[in-house]
Amino acid sequence: MERLLRVDRRILFAFVAAAVTIPLLIKFDLPVIATKEVKGIYNKIESLPEGSHVLIAFDYDPASKEELQPMAIALLHHCFKNNIKVIGMTLNPGGTGLADSAITEVGNEYGRKYKEDYVFLGYKTGVELVMINMGENIYSAFPKDFKGNATTDMPALKDVQSLQDFDFVVDLASGSSIEAWIAFGKEKYNFDLGAGCTAVIGPDMYPFLQSKQIEGLMSGLKGAAEYETLIERKSSAVAGMSPQSVVHVLVVLFVIFGNFLYFMTGRKK
Amino acid sequence: MNFFKRTIPLIIAFIMGIMMAFQYYVPHEASQSLLKVVTRWGITIAGFAVFIGAYSLFHLHWNKIKRKVPGWGYSNFVFFGAGITVIFGLYNGGEFFLHDKQEGTMFDWMYFNVQVPAGATMFSILAFFMASAAYRTFRARTSEATILLVAAVIVMLGRVPVGALIWEFLPPIADWIMSVPNMAAKRGILIGVSIGAIATSLRIIFGIERAYLGGGD
Amino acid sequence: MYKIFLTFILSIFLLPYSSTFAVEVDMLIPPSDFQAFDTPNDNGKSVSLRWPSSLSESTEAEYVVYASLRKNGPFTTEVLRINSKTMYEEGSDSNFHYMEIKPGKFFKKESDNTDGKPSYFFKLVMMANPENVAVENIASVTPKGNWFNWKKLNNFIILIAFSALVLWFIEHAKKNPNLYLRKISGLDAIDDALGRATEMGKPVLYVHGLNGMGSISTIAAVNILGRIAIRVAEYDTTLKVSNIDPIVLSVSQEVVKESYLEAGRPDAYVEDNVFMAASEQFPYVAAVSGIMIREKTAANFFMGYFYAESLILAETGAATGAIQIAATDSYTQLPFFITTCDYTLIGEELYAASAYLSREPLLLGSLRAQDIAKGIIITALVLGAALATVGIGFISFLFKAG
Repeated sequence: MERLLRVDRRILFAFVAAAVTIPLLIKFDLPVIATKEVKGIYNKIESLPEGSHVLIAFDYDPASKEELQPMAIALLHHCFKNNIKVIGMTLNPGGTGLADSAITEVGNEYGRKYKEDYVFLGYKTGVELVMINMGENIYSAFPKDFKGNATTDMPALKDVQSLQDFDFVVDLASGSSIEAWIAFGKEKYNFDLGAGCTAVIGPDMYPFLQSKQIEGLMSGLKGAAEYETLIERKSSAVAGMSPQSVVHVLVVLFVIFGNFLYFMTGRKK
Repeated sequence: MNFFKRTIPLIIAFIMGIMMAFQYYVPHEASQSLLKVVTRWGITIAGFAVFIGAYSLFHLHWNKIKRKVPGWGYSNFVFFGAGITVIFGLYNGGEFFLHDKQEGTMFDWMYFNVQVPAGATMFSILAFFMASAAYRTFRARTSEATILLVAAVIVMLGRVPVGALIWEFLPPIADWIMSVPNMAAKRGILIGVSIGAIATSLRIIFGIERAYLGGGD
Repeated sequence: MYKIFLTFILSIFLLPYSSTFAVEVDMLIPPSDFQAFDTPNDNGKSVSLRWPSSLSESTEAEYVVYASLRKNGPFTTEVLRINSKTMYEEGSDSNFHYMEIKPGKFFKKESDNTDGKPSYFFKLVMMANPENVAVENIASVTPKGNWFNWKKLNNFIILIAFSALVLWFIEHAKKNPNLYLRKISGLDAIDDALGRATEMGKPVLYVHGLNGMGSISTIAAVNILGRIAIRVAEYDTTLKVSNIDPIVLSVSQEVVKESYLEAGRPDAYVEDNVFMAASEQFPYVAAVSGIMIREKTAANFFMGYFYAESLILAETGAATGAIQIAATDSYTQLPFFITTCDYTLIGEELYAASAYLSREPLLLGSLRAQDIAKGIIITALVLGAALATVGIGFISFLFKAG
């Protein structure tokens, strides 16, 4: 029993690896029910008329790609399907490639034209400082887009002078940028804000949901899966639900088994 | 020397601290212009600071290679990785750095085939470490720890689709735990942290806390 | 023939009724008033428009506002178009419409050329095809920037009150330096951890959080680093400080150097021991984990704001057998540190560490002020919740965000 309590970590890692790999090979579907947090973002975008402007901040790096890229792609599908103009930008230098590829691929799928229907502004250093600049004048914050085109006469940015002119802003974050968007963006310039984040920082965002500082929240891969279900386009996030569920069950079993062994060996603090 | 190393920075910290604290309450255009100027200074300083970081990194690893300390071979990868990234970034698919960024270049290939998988791999280590920590350390030693464990199990199962299959009330209970007790704890810590942050800021503004300037008083 | 005659007779009877509907559409009743005034608590770029509801509002009718820089027009620039059944003023029970607009957006070139503040003239038009009705009076306004946002008055008063409390207690602490501080085990254990590292001849690793120098948690972490560096210098142990931000790196180098000088050991300071590990989150984790495994650090300090990498760092450190002390205000990472570290400082204990370690009266005084402020907030919370339950929202109103 005591040996089991001191088992080599690598055996536990092997169990986790099997728990992730086997469901991906066997492929079984689990029902994904959208929660009201995710519906908040979906309903907001659904309510926007054609031609509205949505800013998506792709504030994540390659490490968080597996959780946030499916969210980004689902959001882009929803916006382009509803003929909404998408303006992308990022406050994370590692996120430019991911953001550019997501926005371009999905835009092309719907036959949208760069500069007319969507634009990717690129990366700017400074986080809060960039938000304040964008809040005053988006063209002074981003005089050129990611590809080097001047932003001033872009059709996609027509009628947009600053953050206040966006109909909806969504921040997809792997760090603390959501709080910065609330404090330095929404509170100062008063626009509707939605958020997507990794599951680890999801609990941090609940107070902002309740105080209605964010319209909705997509948390982790499950949040992305719920959004895919809402837009009726099941993809990698929904596919990821089966291995995620199995690993969660495995961790619970580890906790229960570990405590069982602990009490059986009669250990006391 | 103390005047330049201590007194002037303290005066700057005081003036800027008071100004930016009051700036929040002044909506006038003059206040917004001040904020814009200060933010531009911040971006400029952050930009130049990148060189300091790069110098530190390269200096450290160069010394390791020069002195052949154990593991010095790995330090070569720092220069190799930085070097080829810079070279291909500047090469820009043949258009060089004077033209707009090209697509489908070697730089993009390295980003999508090296950096993205490497970053994702590091993040995925969390899953393994989580399982290991859960098995090793999540013990119901006290009644509070038991309540915590039960809540953790409910939330872990309730937040994935399989939870609804196990018991239909798991997801709503998990949602309640996240929305009520979790939020209450979060708010309590947030209030304490915010008050602490204000007090620390006041100590810095009024020059009571000076450790950030370096060393003692 | 009969049918044609019948249709003719019926249409004669129906005609008066059809014209009745036409009369209802034609006779739009315009709003009785139209006001334009400077939007309060703003930067001078916004103008507020307000007018009472009209009896003939419907989903087919619209309000359109035209603007001009001259009193006599021409009023050709459309600045607003809304459905007449929308945009009611909050709390007016649909009796008034209220909108804020930025006329400068429409007259950018002209307003750039004018000296001082331009005046704007607005005309309200109510229209429903094919009819339109205009309000007689033209409303004019010269928007001005405000020097104080009165909606944030409660916030400002709380700030001043709390600041005064902190400063008063700091003064009070000068006269009465023996203020009580409860025990914080994590901080008491720092000496044990450093002693262990010295005995084992292994280095001490200090890991900042991921935030930059603008974050209060990083400033607090740097303060603790200074105190730890003094003790490390005295014990003659190796201290390695990893950084992710270049500005934090510069500050850390300065702080550690000065600490070694203060301890009388400037010769022991090695600049390369305070280094930049990486500039991104997971490369940083990989670098620091590698250091922990290769150099078998005896004591690890995780001080600052952490994200998802906290468990990787702490678990790797635990696997090497190091004694670990963590201090973070990152709510979501606390559980990981608590389960894998020997001691964890939670939330504002990180900010209190500087005062706790130095025992300086001035710093202790501010801690006392924090506690008093927390007590006031707890009282307000309990009282406010109780009063709100019985329908008295006074305290909620006092703390309402502007």
